[in-house]
Amino acid sequence: MIQFQYERAATTKAAVSALVNSSNAKFIAGGTNLVDLMKRNITAPTKLVDINQVPLKDIQQQNGKISIGALALNSRVAEHKLIIEKHPLLSQALNAGASPQIRNMATVGGNMMQRTRCHYFYDTALPCNKREPGSGCGALEGLNRMHAVFGTSEQCIAVHPSDMCVALVALDATVLVAGPKGERRIPFEEFHRLPGKQPEKDNTLQNNEMIVSVEIPDNAFSKNSHYMKVRDRASYAFALVSVAAALNMDGKIIKEARLAMGGVAHKPWRLKEAEKALIGKTASEETFRQAAEIAMQGAKAYKYNAFKLKLGPNVIVEALKNAADLV
Amino acid sequence: MNEAFFDKKEYKPLDRVDGRLKVTGAAQYSAEYPLPNMAYAVLVGSRIAKGTIKSIDTKAAERAPGVLAVISHMNAIKVPGYQPKGEHPSEPSTNGQPLRVFFDNKIYSNDQPIVAVVAVSLEKAQHGASLVKVQYNKEQHQTDLEANAKAAKLPEAAKKNPKSPTADYDRGQKDAFENSAVKIEAEYVLPTEMHNPMELQAIIAHWEADDKLTVYDKVQGTKMTQKNFAKEWNLPEENVKCITTFVGGAFGNGLHNWPHETAAIIAAKQVKRPVKLVLTREQMFTMVGYRPRTWQKIQMGATQDGKLVAINHESIGQTSTYEEFTESTLQQTRMMYASPNVSTRYRILPLNVATPIWMRGPGEATGAFGLESAMDEMAHVIGMDPIDFRLANYTESDPDKKMPWSTKYMRECYEEGKKRIGWENRKLKPGEVRDGEWLVGYGMGTGTFGANRSSATVHAELNKEGNLIMHCAITDIGPGTGTAMVQIASNATGIPTEKITFHLGSSEFPNAGLQGGSSTVNSVGPAVLSACNALKEQLITMAAAKGNAAFNSAKADDLMFDKNELQLGGKSAKTTLADLFKQNNIEKIETTKESKPDENRTKYSMYAFSMHFAKVHVHPFTGQVRVKKIVCCADAGTIVSPKTAASQMIGGATGGIGMALTEDAVMDHRFGRYVTKDLADYHMPVHADVPDIDVYFVNKPDLLADPVGSKGLGEIAIIGVAPAIANAVFNATGKRIRELPITPDKLI
Ligand SMILES: Cc1cc2nc3c(=O)[nH]c(=O)nc-3n(C[C@H](O)[C@H](O)[C@H](O)COP(=O)(O)OP(=O)(O)OC[C@H]3O[C@@H](n4cnc5c(N)ncnc54)[C@H](O)[C@@H]3O)c2cc1C
Repeated sequence: MIQFQYERAATTKAAVSALVNSSNAKFIAGGTNLVDLMKRNITAPTKLVDINQVPLKDIQQQNGKISIGALALNSRVAEHKLIIEKHPLLSQALNAGASPQIRNMATVGGNMMQRTRCHYFYDTALPCNKREPGSGCGALEGLNRMHAVFGTSEQCIAVHPSDMCVALVALDATVLVAGPKGERRIPFEEFHRLPGKQPEKDNTLQNNEMIVSVEIPDNAFSKNSHYMKVRDRASYAFALVSVAAALNMDGKIIKEARLAMGGVAHKPWRLKEAEKALIGKTASEETFRQAAEIAMQGAKAYKYNAFKLKLGPNVIVEALKNAADLV
Repeated sequence: MNEAFFDKKEYKPLDRVDGRLKVTGAAQYSAEYPLPNMAYAVLVGSRIAKGTIKSIDTKAAERAPGVLAVISHMNAIKVPGYQPKGEHPSEPSTNGQPLRVFFDNKIYSNDQPIVAVVAVSLEKAQHGASLVKVQYNKEQHQTDLEANAKAAKLPEAAKKNPKSPTADYDRGQKDAFENSAVKIEAEYVLPTEMHNPMELQAIIAHWEADDKLTVYDKVQGTKMTQKNFAKEWNLPEENVKCITTFVGGAFGNGLHNWPHETAAIIAAKQVKRPVKLVLTREQMFTMVGYRPRTWQKIQMGATQDGKLVAINHESIGQTSTYEEFTESTLQQTRMMYASPNVSTRYRILPLNVATPIWMRGPGEATGAFGLESAMDEMAHVIGMDPIDFRLANYTESDPDKKMPWSTKYMRECYEEGKKRIGWENRKLKPGEVRDGEWLVGYGMGTGTFGANRSSATVHAELNKEGNLIMHCAITDIGPGTGTAMVQIASNATGIPTEKITFHLGSSEFPNAGLQGGSSTVNSVGPAVLSACNALKEQLITMAAAKGNAAFNSAKADDLMFDKNELQLGGKSAKTTLADLFKQNNIEKIETTKESKPDENRTKYSMYAFSMHFAKVHVHPFTGQVRVKKIVCCADAGTIVSPKTAASQMIGGATGGIGMALTEDAVMDHRFGRYVTKDLADYHMPVHADVPDIDVYFVNKPDLLADPVGSKGLGEIAIIGVAPAIANAVFNATGKRIRELPITPDKLI
């Protein structure tokens, strides 16, 4: 293994300053993604800053929102009373990801920062602009069954693999980050980015910043939400397509709606136009089908992922039906 | 699981004799022998699929701390037994020239091992390996089976011998299919599948002297390995020792000695230290064998009332450019049904890939996907229940070999399986049954595999404490061979199982073949029986000689132990083992017995049979398939170890679920490189994919096959499962998926 420095930080401040002057330093939290990437020679940090002692594990109700510390474990968040009660969508999404063992190590911050699972990104013998800018996109004309149908570029068609993030983007979460100059908030939808000409950049976090927490504003979706994930086996596989659906219903009438998809873009994909189309409508398969059609506008398939154009809307409809108790 | 079969037979379910060792970590696997002064080797694989190595820059690796040697074709010692082309040192795995690692600069497949970095620790070797830089002269590779199908050819073995099982076969009229009243024609594709046992392929190579080699090696045959390496290194066989005490699953990929084994042996010679080499999970996709991608086409003709008229079955399986791997993909088609007209055409296609090897239910499992799917397709076209259709074409003798079956109890399997799966809930017309939103379907598939037997020898000793200790070179790749042999011996002698030990997994022990082809119980079991009987005869002779008249005309079969007391014909013989040994002034008696296949094999056709039933749910909008229940029925002769046998069936069914629904080694043909090559991307079924699996054994002995009466189980456990599931998916949805695996995208 390539040698690197290892140090521990006990506070956010210490963690952030450990990054200063160190161009290729990285935080390590649960290590479930980073260590794999290091073992496969995909990334080789010169310094690892272990942030597990930074006290950011709490899940708290604050004024009009719930705040989840960046180091809260995926399993803990999924099983937390407050989350199950107020944001069952998030709990479901977390439980749909990885395996219990991995969720017991994985943190909220690490989950947001996990890298794509694109085959070409993972094999250093194959081209990948995300891993090695300028080397080409292996997936574009390769095996792209798992790949994006929204927001792709000629440089990259990879998807962000997280389930948790799909729920968080649907729930209008905000990311609190800390940098050398203090804290700032990033709307969840703007946290991850599209590949464009810089596929090596997954998100808008600066090199010297750290995720502190994620905040979810209180909402009225807890009764009618559903996370549906379709994958190649019953558990322990990344999504072909997943959908987070949340409704605020007055009887059968939809007052508010939130919809987001996973497995279809370089970021968790919020479907605002489709949401709009649901407002004021009576919950029915037909209403949902119409919204799903709107959701898929602009989708573009590649050689092996055309099925997502059909599976996507089907999963939207199914998730909405489940959210609205229509099944 | 149904427990009923456990208590009605003689052989009782027994916990694995080595179960405790396995679950406590005390069992020693091949990588777990801590030899002093161990060095560690890591292999570097080629990054092209065809061409030559132009240059290798090893400087940085050689300078890296802890690196002892960087070995490639440039500096590897000469392996004395590397065969000139065409001469194959390692029969019987494959035909051709196995890859000679570090022999020359030629690249035959992607990730072919080309460099070994040997260091004082694994981490240092890994780091060294990451520093090796290789330049290639690339040539155009071919890895795509379908795109190159025209280049498929008859295997050499079939060219030389028209009686070879892979030769073209015709029974009856050639134009029978054309003239059939009802005809179907369909193509089926099975993707490349990886064995992916839990234990990675591992070897420790130790030159105990210049001409004495010991390998702790994960293989399925200790004697095979001893022979192969003796030849390869030009040593007398007795100078080579292979230890394989425990194997963490193999499924066939230990039936061939692979390049990494020779690489470790070369490395050990070169650094003059024992060398440990463990493949990575990725290398398990490229440096050992796999189930070859196979294309099949079936033409099936029948009468309107469901009598088969003709089956034409052709297949093309991939192989490497240096070895001709063949398997019996089309065998089942020749013998399973009473079709008067059958033609089979077996072809192989050499590609720039590594050599495949048998994988559980080899060949038959692939062929059964075609044949049993086609049977289902035909039953549907005729409008017949698929079980009735099969029964209408049941054959009471082997139409291929034209011999009577030794035994065949498939009717029992049909009956029992139907009952247990709830076949009465199946509708003839697909898509008619629902459970909420989910479509419900039922399907079945049949499997068969030869009741193989080879010669085996067991050494047995019985000491004055009444302990029976046996030795045999056979390996146990997981089915519970030790457990089964202990049960056979206990059954034959009456000695309680806890006083019996069966040592296996060393080439130092008496001869046995490979653990493969479902032949272990059929081969080693009879040797255990024979050794037990020989011991009993010695006791009878001893007792009679000491004037115990009751023993004068006694036979081995009459003698049993009850605790340490000897019984004759179920009655007390008024002597104990201790007394008998004392009277004769001995500590123990021993014997070595060989057991061999007999002439029954020339008079009867011997097969084990299985029948798998599946109930599935399919989601009409998301395309997800959930297997809700599987029933496995087997006619495998005597079941000597009901518990481990049931585990075999459950494991096989689980493998079948993977075959049907999830497993797919996907290759990017532009690079000739796999892209799904770890356990996150190559999907094996997880617990959530595996439902209740109900196992039924007919459990009737086949004493023509061998004295134990068993016909073998490991293969038939998986053969027929994939078509059962595919057929159930059709019954649920009306969609016929002819290319596995059946992933959600294929059903929406
Ligand atoms: C086999 C497997 C299957 C999986 N399946 C799924 C799945 O189905 N769905 C799913 O959603 N996920 C899945 N995962 C991914 C898993 O969710 C992530 O690996 C995990 O969430 C990462 O968290 P971690 O704490 O271990 O991160 P680490 O590996 O420690 O870190 C990952 C990255 O995040 C950075 N980082 C960590 N914390 C912070 C912080 N506070 N601020 C800034 N940067 C930070 C690190 O520097 C690093 O770059 C799977 C993983 C594996 C190995």
